[in-house]
Amino acid sequence: MRQRQAIDLSDLPTYGMGSRSPTWWGTLGFMALEGTGFVLAAGAYLYLAYINPAFPLSAPVPNHWPGTIVTLLLLASAVPNHMLRRWANDCDMPKVRIGLVVMSIFGILPLIVRWFEFPALNIWWDSNAYGSMLWVLLGLHTTHLITDVGDTIVLTALMFTRHGYSGRRFGDVDDNVFYWDFVVITWLPIYFLIYWLPRFS
Amino acid sequence: MSAADLPAKSKGIRDTSLDDASLHRWLTSTWETKRGIIGALSAVDHKVIARRYLITAFVFLCLGGLNAVTMRLQLSGPERGLIGPDLYNQLFAVHGMTMMFLFAVPIVQATGIYLVPLMVGTRNIAFPRLNAFSYWIYLSGGLFLWVSFLLDMGPDIGWFAYVPLSGPEFSPGKRADVWAQTITYTEVSSLAVAVATIVTIFKQRAPGMSLNRMPLYVWAMLVTSFVVVFAMPAVMIASTFLILDRLVGTQIFNPAEGGDALLFQHLFWFFGHPEVYIIFLPATGMVSAIIVTFARRPAFGYLALVLSVIAVGILSFGLWVHHMFATGIAKVGASFFTASSMLIAIPNGLQIFCWVATLWGGRPKIGTPLLFVLGFFFIFVAGGLTGVMLASVPLDLQVHDTYFVVAHFHYVLIGGSVFPLMGAAYYWYPKLTGRMMSERMGRWHFWLAFIGFNAAFFPMHILGLWGMPRRVYTYPVDLGWGNINLFITGGALVLFFSFVLFTINLVWSARRGEPAGDNPWDAGTLEWATSSPPPSYNFARIPVVTHLEPLWAARAELPVAAGLRVDARELVISTVAEGHPDIREKSAAPSIWPLFAAIAVGATFLWSIFTPWAVVWGAPPIAIALIGWFWPKGEPEDE
Repeated sequence: MRQRQAIDLSDLPTYGMGSRSPTWWGTLGFMALEGTGFVLAAGAYLYLAYINPAFPLSAPVPNHWPGTIVTLLLLASAVPNHMLRRWANDCDMPKVRIGLVVMSIFGILPLIVRWFEFPALNIWWDSNAYGSMLWVLLGLHTTHLITDVGDTIVLTALMFTRHGYSGRRFGDVDDNVFYWDFVVITWLPIYFLIYWLPRFS
Repeated sequence: MSAADLPAKSKGIRDTSLDDASLHRWLTSTWETKRGIIGALSAVDHKVIARRYLITAFVFLCLGGLNAVTMRLQLSGPERGLIGPDLYNQLFAVHGMTMMFLFAVPIVQATGIYLVPLMVGTRNIAFPRLNAFSYWIYLSGGLFLWVSFLLDMGPDIGWFAYVPLSGPEFSPGKRADVWAQTITYTEVSSLAVAVATIVTIFKQRAPGMSLNRMPLYVWAMLVTSFVVVFAMPAVMIASTFLILDRLVGTQIFNPAEGGDALLFQHLFWFFGHPEVYIIFLPATGMVSAIIVTFARRPAFGYLALVLSVIAVGILSFGLWVHHMFATGIAKVGASFFTASSMLIAIPNGLQIFCWVATLWGGRPKIGTPLLFVLGFFFIFVAGGLTGVMLASVPLDLQVHDTYFVVAHFHYVLIGGSVFPLMGAAYYWYPKLTGRMMSERMGRWHFWLAFIGFNAAFFPMHILGLWGMPRRVYTYPVDLGWGNINLFITGGALVLFFSFVLFTINLVWSARRGEPAGDNPWDAGTLEWATSSPPPSYNFARIPVVTHLEPLWAARAELPVAAGLRVDARELVISTVAEGHPDIREKSAAPSIWPLFAAIAVGATFLWSIFTPWAVVWGAPPIAIALIGWFWPKGEPEDE
């Protein structure tokens, strides 16, 4: 088939941030499917709470303090996270490096406190269905936390090498910011379900 | 040619000033999959991955078919002793799992992996390494199930694995764990493909391909991928909860400790009903593509067809409880799900009318692909009608767990998906291989499949109404079901033989088929704008789209875009709605790391049926493999 050159794409940029980038859409896709998993797990918890007249099944309510500290840390992390986004969009390497180190620390701190959250649930996973669901919800979020912290640390290391000087790498930082927002936002309803719903039941 | 033959100072070479021969040499050197075992294991070309998927899924179709034939031989007469109840339980469970998780979903997704990038006019799928990873995980899952089955460890709890039967109390041993982890492997793979497909469709469409110029098949794959994204997590949650109950003693499904067995059914069917549409919607896209080409006119009611596909995708999430009418749910719930089950017949019916109108208003030429589409009309409409019947609670309760239901869902699944898929095989085979399939054998295949299918499954309606239950390995002589079962087995053998003929046709035509040329059917979509089979880079220059059927609009010459690099894997990234070119972005180069990642992930899944510590010890190798995957290697694509 004969061809006719209709347009020239030479002047297009070689990377784009946010929703211009395919990686952003891929991240959104994974958030959608992981978010669906969270919603279904939370739905399962509420379903069990609904069908059991005496929820939380005679168990003591959890100690909310470790969870509350994690919540405060995660909320506080939103500030440097969004500063990092701005720096990544400006391709400002020194600030991006600082921002990533700060965000790595803001990732590790809640993980340390998370360690104390599991015993603070005041019930084992195999005691009853209520205990199982608390451990499942907390475990599900912890998996996301570990994954994203690992990702942030690797990205931080990468940005300290020569490979960091690339528009796409700044785009990766932008996407990492995006995913961290997801980790923070998904925690809030789970925090409520784990620590406060049993108190209101 | 090798990269060593290329001129020095090659960085940043654009296609603008290259003649056709140089362009071909450059693009081949940049995009081709390297030879040798490492090259093959590192492949990221969507066509290579799709071919592997298609062949693997076809092998699983044959294995699942052999399961079915074995069951039919056992049921061909009363009280036959060919196989016992234990093996029979494994046979129908592995048959269902193989057909749903290892054949139907992977093959429709694989068709999309092959066709979507070509149809939207791009050079590779989005996230090609993720796509390669998904294949290895899928293959691992398939091998896991079938090796387990051959070791007498196959699941014996149906493809649905209801608790409490599948729970720790009633299913000791590892069979139920094999079910749960097969789910994990296959759903991880499907979800990865779904995300890659969505992003390819949203961001990699050729310049000018606005949403209203997108082929109907691409729309179908887009909606399907969204359904996958929102449905498959449900079965992963269900299978994870099950394995937790079995492995570490959680009580999620144990009513004695505040858990609930019906929760499993809710989670399973929240996935399980959309699953039907995950299989069916791509088939509607195939039907649209075939009908438009064979009617030789654009689709009647393009907008209505698109909206119907979207409506079916959304409504598919509101039907799941109709699988649970026999569980004693509240009447108001039953009424709601009856209504929603009937509602989905409306957009499905609308599609059928649009297709008929397209054929009516065109000048149809009958070829094997269209024959299979016509067969689809007949069978799928029959299956849809029994579906509407089953949506009615009193009738559903009467025929629940009988062969009536077996007949219904085989009419829907084989009629709604396998027949269009066979049509699609004849239609797109020339694109994959460069050769036409034998029409003569194709017609024999169609008629044998059509007659065999109806002979095998239509009498099951009657058997069901007579009361024969599903999942029984035999039945007594005095019930009088022997003759009709023998007839059904005869039909099943004819159907099986039709697939043997299809296999012969596939192999024979690959060597002896007539050369196809670029566009043997004179079709209008972009996959036919390139050679058959397409080169590694798909298009020497990216087409510019001005019409819904671009090749019909530009018969004399195709408008194309220039300005892309040829010494790096560069793609056009476009805007989501209008398809305006926005970015020139690099596509990932081949890599062995997705295979390593799949080995690490697969080994962790396998190990985890024995100990929960597998997740802990499996994490470091997975992390290493992922770092190897993403860490830049200094290739042009990393710049």
